[in-house]
Amino acid sequence: MGAQKKGATARVSEDQEELARNPLQAILLADSFATTFRPITLERPKVLLPLANIPMIDYTLAWLESAGVEEVFVFCCAHSKQVIDYLESSQWSSQPNFSVTTIESHNSISAGDALRLIYERNVIHGDFVLISGDTVSNMSLTQVLLEHKERRKKDANAIMTMVIKQSKPSPITQQSRLGTDELFMAINPVTKQLLCYEDKSEYSKGFISLDKTLIADNPSIILHNDKQDCYIDVCSQEVLSLFTDNFDYQHLRRHFVKGLLVDDIMGYKIFTHEIHSSYAARIDNFRSYDTISKDIIQRWTYPFVPDILCGSSAIKVERQGTYRASDVTLSRSAHIGSFTVIGQGTKIGNDTKISHSVVGEGCTIGSNVTIEGSYIWNNVTIEDGCQLRHAVVCDGVIMKSGAVLQPGVILSFKVVVGQQFVVPAYSKVSLLQQPTQQDSDEELEYADSTSGTGELQSDKLNGDIAPDLSETAYELGTGGVGYIWSVFEGAQDEEWRHSVAPIPTDKLVKLMLDKDEDEEQLTQVGNVLSASGELKAGSDDNGSEDDDNDDSRDDYGFFEKEVEATFLRAVHENVKVDHAVLEVNALRLSYNMASVDCAGAIFYSMMKLAVESPHNSASELHRNAADIITKWQKLLKSFLHDIDEEIEVILKFEEMCLESAKEFAALFPQILHLLYDKEILQEDAILRWADEKEGADESDKVFLKSSEKFIQWLKEAEEEEDGED
Amino acid sequence: MDFQVVVLAGGISKNLSPLVSKELPKPLLPVANRPVLSYVLQQLEQSNLKDLIVVVEGEDAALVVGAWISGTFIDRLHVEIAAVPEDIGTAGAIRAISHHLTAKDILVVSGDLVSDVPPGAVAATHRRHDAAVTAMLCSIPVSGSLDSGSSGGKDKAKKLGRYNIIGLDPGKQFLLHIATGAEIEKDARLPKRILRAVGQMEIRSDLMDAHMYAFKRSALQEVLDLKDTFQSLKEDVLPYLVRSQLKSEALSNRTPQGEENGNEKVTSQNNQVFVSRILANASTPSFHDRSSENPDGSAPTRKTHKCCAYIASSSSYCVCLNSIQAFMDINRDVTGEADHLLSGTSSDPNNNIGPSPKLGTKTTVGPHCMLGEGSEIGDKCQVKRSVIGRHCRIGSHVKVVNSIVMNHVTIGDGCIIQGSVVCSNVQLQERVVLKDCQVGAGFVVTAGSEYKAESLARKEK
Repeated sequence: MGAQKKGATARVSEDQEELARNPLQAILLADSFATTFRPITLERPKVLLPLANIPMIDYTLAWLESAGVEEVFVFCCAHSKQVIDYLESSQWSSQPNFSVTTIESHNSISAGDALRLIYERNVIHGDFVLISGDTVSNMSLTQVLLEHKERRKKDANAIMTMVIKQSKPSPITQQSRLGTDELFMAINPVTKQLLCYEDKSEYSKGFISLDKTLIADNPSIILHNDKQDCYIDVCSQEVLSLFTDNFDYQHLRRHFVKGLLVDDIMGYKIFTHEIHSSYAARIDNFRSYDTISKDIIQRWTYPFVPDILCGSSAIKVERQGTYRASDVTLSRSAHIGSFTVIGQGTKIGNDTKISHSVVGEGCTIGSNVTIEGSYIWNNVTIEDGCQLRHAVVCDGVIMKSGAVLQPGVILSFKVVVGQQFVVPAYSKVSLLQQPTQQDSDEELEYADSTSGTGELQSDKLNGDIAPDLSETAYELGTGGVGYIWSVFEGAQDEEWRHSVAPIPTDKLVKLMLDKDEDEEQLTQVGNVLSASGELKAGSDDNGSEDDDNDDSRDDYGFFEKEVEATFLRAVHENVKVDHAVLEVNALRLSYNMASVDCAGAIFYSMMKLAVESPHNSASELHRNAADIITKWQKLLKSFLHDIDEEIEVILKFEEMCLESAKEFAALFPQILHLLYDKEILQEDAILRWADEKEGADESDKVFLKSSEKFIQWLKEAEEEEDGED
Repeated sequence: MDFQVVVLAGGISKNLSPLVSKELPKPLLPVANRPVLSYVLQQLEQSNLKDLIVVVEGEDAALVVGAWISGTFIDRLHVEIAAVPEDIGTAGAIRAISHHLTAKDILVVSGDLVSDVPPGAVAATHRRHDAAVTAMLCSIPVSGSLDSGSSGGKDKAKKLGRYNIIGLDPGKQFLLHIATGAEIEKDARLPKRILRAVGQMEIRSDLMDAHMYAFKRSALQEVLDLKDTFQSLKEDVLPYLVRSQLKSEALSNRTPQGEENGNEKVTSQNNQVFVSRILANASTPSFHDRSSENPDGSAPTRKTHKCCAYIASSSSYCVCLNSIQAFMDINRDVTGEADHLLSGTSSDPNNNIGPSPKLGTKTTVGPHCMLGEGSEIGDKCQVKRSVIGRHCRIGSHVKVVNSIVMNHVTIGDGCIIQGSVVCSNVQLQERVVLKDCQVGAGFVVTAGSEYKAESLARKEK
């Protein structure tokens, strides 16, 4: 007893030691492996883009430091040099209890590749926090780490805890306020285990399906449409090795999370941790850039707000949430509205109005300029009379006098907009030409041309710029420099979804109407479904009287249907018999059936066709059947290799006569005779069948009796033959 | 309360053969020596729901049931008996009697429900939410007795395990999804549309639909008129109403006369509930404001109806008598753990032995047994966890365990009856051994025969 106790205490201290030994580590992916921020990200990595004038990665690192993380591995891929240079020159390289190590890669094209590389480096020694460098949060990690560790102790398969947060997507646009697609999650309310994760990528219209085993295992499941994935994961070491084992895992959610949920062989489990009062969000697209910027300005992310992050007294908060750097030159008549940030050294002219915007450092803004809900980065020159609404303007842009940016415009680095030129809504303008081989966002994300090689490509493009510019200059008006990127086919309609501009009203009205129509269809589909459900229930009664309605039976049902479809196609399209044989054989292999089953199914299809083709009397039906049998006998014969298969055909026929095609009941002996005549059935098979049936119940012998004569005749013929021998 | 109650009593159910017959239709099957229908009627009476239509399948059965009701509940309930053809389904039955329905709300109860859930509470929930339909849900009963002597049907019940897949809102007041029948064995398909409106849905597989529904009459009649293929309330009508709850104009648009019903059905208050739900979480509230005030262009206002759920507490008793196994279970439970259901009758709660039992010497009747009036038991018998009806004659050295013996049964000396049902007027001669059998009314089992898991009945003439 005493010894046992000792052992227990020893283990506790061991645990504590273990905790003490392993500093909390984090992996920060400084590459989102996506293209949502193009064209800007062709020139600068996403994590270095300013968010209220401070690079995104600073928010992430500051939070990690405050949350007690001691060691951060920053994985850089695209523009890795810029990231490394920035980190080396920043405060993060010289923190006492917080080490930032960079891991550089040039050929990783996904988060999966990144984690595989980190696994190879063997730097992670315990549980770690996995985030990307574009995460803004102020949550405390203590609770979630504790939960994760507790669970791990009980169940070694609980390898990951995802942080989620309440956020109801709009039912109309079906996206969250961060511009991310709606997400459906099924969570066990007691254990918080994640059971199902469905985002738009596998959009099944109108319905979510939950696997029946999930329902069997969990008496209560909560389906959420009101939660947002914060992309903050607490992982155990196994996660890295899992990525290595499954070399095809690329995307953290789409492949890894779903892979684990679907694959129950290893039994790994993912759990969720919901945060309520703290902030956590990831910048995924321009809309979330806009939303999160506003959240920061409105101090939801406190203490990670511009005035505190900057440290010194460089920026001060004023009334109405206006942040102003100390040395801003502001005209008396300029009006700075609420929730606006103005960076250092910026000059603003007369009668200029700025509201709900961020203006970076060293900008020069002329007179009579209107800036609303826009993000203007550093060293931008905006001449007199320009108007900007809901636009993103990168470093070094020059807007000549009177230029107008309509909502949703993105001006990449050093673009020049000509005088009086109006840049149409949702345009993306860059000095670089649009990469040509893009076809869709989805494919691009993992295409080789992204991130890794992005830099090389842009270098090449840079070289090409000079000659091209002259001819395209007019794209941005007189004196303008830059290309307006064309929107790819199909994405045009979707552009507003992820833009910095608010969703236009007419879109919402349209969506609402579309949705109503959709629903109309859905309700109808629902009705159709239920109708067919009834039908099916009816046919089930016919088909499966035996109680052991197990899987193989179901499989056979599907198989039979497939064969029937194949056969009908062969009939209607005059497919050659040989081809039909091949097709049926392929089906046989894919359903793992024997050729006995094929014979049964083909015969069933033939007879069904005969019944279904128009006929008025039994004799016509007989003729139909005879025609079909004659025509397709070769198909049937190619699956009748031995006597058992032939008997199966007779049994099948008997079953049909009893159940689905009672009309044949009267014709049973004739058809049997026909099959014999056509040499589809040998007399041995028929006699064996008759023998087998001899011992059966009275009710089972109906057909045996009706064909007694024929069998008698066969027997006699056989005897005669024997006699002759 | 302006509630009309429809009791779907059933008829000669095939599931229950050989227990039921023309003389003894399903509503009159004895549960602890009282017809099963009396349990429902008693609950209704206690909830002060006294305006009843009892629907019986088949004219003959209707006569028998009617005679019994008028004999028992006269002056206590206002009952109409309606006979409907057999095999038209529950929805068909309602359709057949729909011209009798006049009240604003209709409570439909299955006559084979043995439950202590007050129907009044279901009706009140229905009224409170002004719902189109309210379904009573109860926990899935833990099937199977502790003893070994139960019939083979039990394994099957265990294999099924789930009866419904039910989706509820976080407040557990609204029914958002229901899957019945064959759907349960497939992967569940849940409508995103409703999920989007509500945000969160709890999927429960440990609840089942207990065949007690409150309908708004207009909604019910409209669905029945519109969907003439609907056969079953449970499998067609209820899922349809649940499915279309956010989109009920689809229902009223298709028939011209549906229009005025539609307005009744859709309360503006309800409309607002959903709009405010949307509003509370919207990213652009300005738009929703406008659209709710002034629907743009031809966009119709969103018509919705509510589907509510009344969830019986897990301690309440609620079982449908729809199989022989259920019949056995209910008899056992009502005499045993759920004996509060019998509180209406006057008898000793522990050992419900009738007023004039005649027990032989050294005969023991264990707890949770019931012995009807006028029955006699010989010497050295054992009765355990069984129900014995009226005027039975049981010989000596007889063992009756986990069984149900109905009225006027004669059991010879030395019989052993385990886990079986013996119907009225059966004669068991000496030394018969029955295990997990059902013996139909009037059957004679010859001396010394032994049966196991068989169903014995007289041949129909």
